[in-house]
Amino acid sequence: MMLAWIWSDWPWTLDTVVRLIFAIVVVLLPAGVTVYLYLFKMVSFMQSRLGPMEAGPYGSMQLLAEVGKNLQKEDIFPAKADRTIFALAPYVVLMSTFLLAVVIPFGPQATFVNLDTGVFFALAVSSVSVVGVIMAGWASASKYSLLGGLRAAGQLIAYELPLILAVVGVVIQAGTLNLQGIVTAQTQGEIFGFGGLGHPFILTQFIGFFIFLVAVQAELTQVPFDMPIAESELVSGYMTEYSGFRFLMFFIAEFATANIFAFLGATLFLGGWQVPPFVHDLLGVDANWQYFNLIGPGVMLFKMLVLTFVVYWVRFTFPRFREDQLQKFAWKFLIPLSLVNIAITGVLKVAFS
Amino acid sequence: MSAFLLAQTDVIALTDTEAWVINGFFYVLAVVGLLAALKMVTTKNVVHAALYLLIVLSVVAGVYIILGAEFAAATQVMVYIGAVMVLLLFGVMLTRAKIGDDGDLDYDQKWIGALTSVSMFAVMGYSLWEAFEDDKLPSDMMPQRTGEVANSIFSQYIVPFEALSMLLLAALIGAVVVARRD
Repeated sequence: MMLAWIWSDWPWTLDTVVRLIFAIVVVLLPAGVTVYLYLFKMVSFMQSRLGPMEAGPYGSMQLLAEVGKNLQKEDIFPAKADRTIFALAPYVVLMSTFLLAVVIPFGPQATFVNLDTGVFFALAVSSVSVVGVIMAGWASASKYSLLGGLRAAGQLIAYELPLILAVVGVVIQAGTLNLQGIVTAQTQGEIFGFGGLGHPFILTQFIGFFIFLVAVQAELTQVPFDMPIAESELVSGYMTEYSGFRFLMFFIAEFATANIFAFLGATLFLGGWQVPPFVHDLLGVDANWQYFNLIGPGVMLFKMLVLTFVVYWVRFTFPRFREDQLQKFAWKFLIPLSLVNIAITGVLKVAFS
Repeated sequence: MSAFLLAQTDVIALTDTEAWVINGFFYVLAVVGLLAALKMVTTKNVVHAALYLLIVLSVVAGVYIILGAEFAAATQVMVYIGAVMVLLLFGVMLTRAKIGDDGDLDYDQKWIGALTSVSMFAVMGYSLWEAFEDDKLPSDMMPQRTGEVANSIFSQYIVPFEALSMLLLAALIGAVVVARRD
């Protein structure tokens, strides 16, 4: 009775609940898949070992065991820590991950929010996680943590600029910030008059794509950009003092954010949830066929897995940068390169339109 | 909230309940913002003060969203929270970042500061009241499109925009000159 009244009076309440549940699914499910597939298994094969084999078939339940283990661990606060901020920091990081997830489109109607500012909003909220990292580093009352937090702040500020500038090329080509609009622009585009594949922006924005991947790797503080957690120097950086479910939250946020940046990269450069347009002709449907709401998430998952594969491949292949090399690489190479990319894209856009 | 919903469906008029909900959101934001602002100037710890300032700035972003200015809200988050506050925290931690109370965190001229802020509040409040009295926001208010913002910046407001860019460039070069002594 009560619920019926709420839903009839505020029709968007049910909508909101459904969206919330799906947001949790979108953040957690791909995170679990990639952690098992890449972090546990792929890296094991790269290092000539088997990886987890005991829990479930081929160790596929290992992740549940890890979650269970972390949940029952004691939630330890260091004696001199600033308790409130220490406790809040992982929530801030995880909040940034969830805010990032809500703008990704998965189908013609399957969006959480179809924001007009789309990709700009995504890049803005992704920077909120730095605040959480700094809070964690400072509140732990530990030299290692503080140094980790400081390194994270310096690094994330340096690599946010190339990340934003790399996306600008795509935005110029698509003519919109809206992610759904960017997907449409890639489906309707043509390569020299041939429209069968659409026009995924990776073909013309390959420099932007390269910068995007590098900057994402650095934003995620994954190797070779893992100076903030550098385990041989700082124990575990800003996460050193965390245990139990708060550590688990950092862990989830790290891998979920990797996936969501991969979703974002797939939307910006690989055509998003759309299949290549020649499939439309084969099936005899148009680009907004309602069943794309079901197919779209699968397409996105596939493209996301391809991109996260690159992320983990790089992660387990390259040695760590030195702090000064890391800063130089961002300020003296990536940012000038992305500015040149924007200039060329702008000139060509005007010349060809 | 309203802007997010509107942007999605292009619904025009709000029902009474929805308007009530949005007003509720505004009052929550206002109370949180006021309390955080007060705590920011009274707290005895520099990092706490910076984090309270961060709450105030996020509340401002929330108010932009209620007013349907999505682009301004995203810019507020990106510039103030993602860059300014991170740099501020970075600076504070490099210099003084004690945990617990910072005993000497006081300022002789705080009463002058309080007087200034109260008079600022009076002037702003008076002028806002003079201009709008108790006007209501139009119930068919559309969220501002990013394209429109871009068009107005690069046509109507091109001169102030370029002047601001030059000012920022000058500040940037000035900062480099001040920082580098070789």
